[in-house]
Amino acid sequence: MIEAKGLTKRYGGTVAVDDLSFTVPPGQVTGFLGPNGAGKSTTMRLILGLDAPDSGSVTVGGRPYAAWRRPLFQAGALLEVSGSKAFHGGRTARNHLLCLADSNGISRARVDEVLDLVGLRSMARRRAGGFSLGMSQRLGIAAALLGDAPVLILDEPVNGLDPEGVVWIRTLLRTLAAEGRTVLLSSHLMSEMAMTADRLVIIGRGRLIAEAAMAEFLAAGSGSSVTVRSPQARELAALLATRGATVTRQDEDTLAVTGSTPEEIGELARADGLTLTGLTADQATLEDRYMELTRDTADYRAAPGEPATMRK
Amino acid sequence: MPATTTAPRPPADLAPLFAGVLRSEARKLATVRSTTWALLAAVSFNVITAALLGALLPGHLSAHQKATIDSVRVSLGGLHLSQIAIGLLGVLAVTSEYSSGMIRATLAAVPQRRLLLTAKALVLTAAVAVTGIAACLVAYLAFQAFLPAGDAMRTTLADPGVLRAVIGAGLYLTVLALLGFGLGAILRSSAGAVAVLFGVLFVPTLLVGLLPSSWQDTIGRYLPMNAGDTIYTVRPEPHMLGPWAGFGVFCLYAAAVLAAGFVLIGRRDA
Repeated sequence: MIEAKGLTKRYGGTVAVDDLSFTVPPGQVTGFLGPNGAGKSTTMRLILGLDAPDSGSVTVGGRPYAAWRRPLFQAGALLEVSGSKAFHGGRTARNHLLCLADSNGISRARVDEVLDLVGLRSMARRRAGGFSLGMSQRLGIAAALLGDAPVLILDEPVNGLDPEGVVWIRTLLRTLAAEGRTVLLSSHLMSEMAMTADRLVIIGRGRLIAEAAMAEFLAAGSGSSVTVRSPQARELAALLATRGATVTRQDEDTLAVTGSTPEEIGELARADGLTLTGLTADQATLEDRYMELTRDTADYRAAPGEPATMRK
Repeated sequence: MPATTTAPRPPADLAPLFAGVLRSEARKLATVRSTTWALLAAVSFNVITAALLGALLPGHLSAHQKATIDSVRVSLGGLHLSQIAIGLLGVLAVTSEYSSGMIRATLAAVPQRRLLLTAKALVLTAAVAVTGIAACLVAYLAFQAFLPAGDAMRTTLADPGVLRAVIGAGLYLTVLALLGFGLGAILRSSAGAVAVLFGVLFVPTLLVGLLPSSWQDTIGRYLPMNAGDTIYTVRPEPHMLGPWAGFGVFCLYAAAVLAAGFVLIGRRDA
């Protein structure tokens, strides 16, 4: 369990995290989302006591992280900062893990176990400086798993992993959560997050935007619509409009309907003897809902309508 | 009442905790190449310089020069080079954590930052003291071994001040490493800490050389390098501090810098 209460952190004049409160419960994967610069990494640093908050507090397993004597048994963390890894490139993978293990009284056997678990056994005696991004991530994940801790905090763990690695980390995190552990996961990949997380904590400009279960979050969107196909689309549109639904004619026999459910539309068509050839609920994707919520808070965004590529 | 897992653990837990952190820091120091290179360089500089001086110097000095020269200090002349390697080692013991990003993993494993820095400093002290004293002893013996039989520059470890100078030279290297370590903890940048370390060692001595000689005598003896040098001097110059007083002053510089490092690591964001 991770509990943040009123966390606030300023760097110089910039407020990175602003009165942020949220809970990360055990037994679930909680996705931590926000635009670049929203304060996700800062929040993770505050959770781990690497940075001290200006006000507010955050506890891991009921205590501030830094108050734990052997914290690797309480929480494992992977902190990614672009361009800088959390290991010395001159050390071998195994020696890196042994250094961390020694400090918390973790056995050598466990070091070899996590090397196996992340698939780095054959690379264990190579210098980590020569590792690819994917292997570096695996080494970071191995470090996070060392203490077999009830809490895991992972900043962008799928960064640099190949498709097989992405599936591996998703399965691993789902398993860890199913074992009753608390998993906090940040990622920029919405589709990946949609498949992995049970809950979401979304922040923008250091403030909480949403904290909800994934299903609840997706259902609450304004974007949920129903696509209806019918040879009598014109009649159906008129009928739906009288019932207060918003109807957009997409082509000759296709309608996009918001403000009504597939059940209501089907019943309505049957009662009036209209033929339906298609009826699909288009639930908003995580990406749609995320974009909708963070539109106003993204700090770095391309100007609307500007193509991303240079004009000739 | 049943004990809960979240109840604070008894203070007895601190001893094994520190032992683990010490082991971890010893492994960190032992598993990077820079340590091996720095220690190897320090030993080589000391021993090779001593052997060369022992073999070549006697033929170039007059009987009067041989009688007045501080031959023990001469035999330890390799220190001028090896102190650079050792100073660098002291700096890197801290700054490589920051430059590599390892510090995040380190502090997540050991949030007790001052305990961590203490373990780091102890491990560095042990490694440099053992290697440094051994290197200086071997250098002294190599110098003696290369001197012609019956040369006036010959001394033995039993002569007054000789053993103190030889071991003291190793201690000088140790305190120098700690000075670099402290600067590394304050500045968290390899380049910055190395620049300040050698700036502090060499520049004041050069600047004071520009002052009138009476000022030089008054101020000069308190400069870090001049004060530290006294510990491996057998025939002290009159205007310099005595060996232990001088070394004490040198230790005070290192202690002040270390203290600042300890205060800052506890207060700053990692």
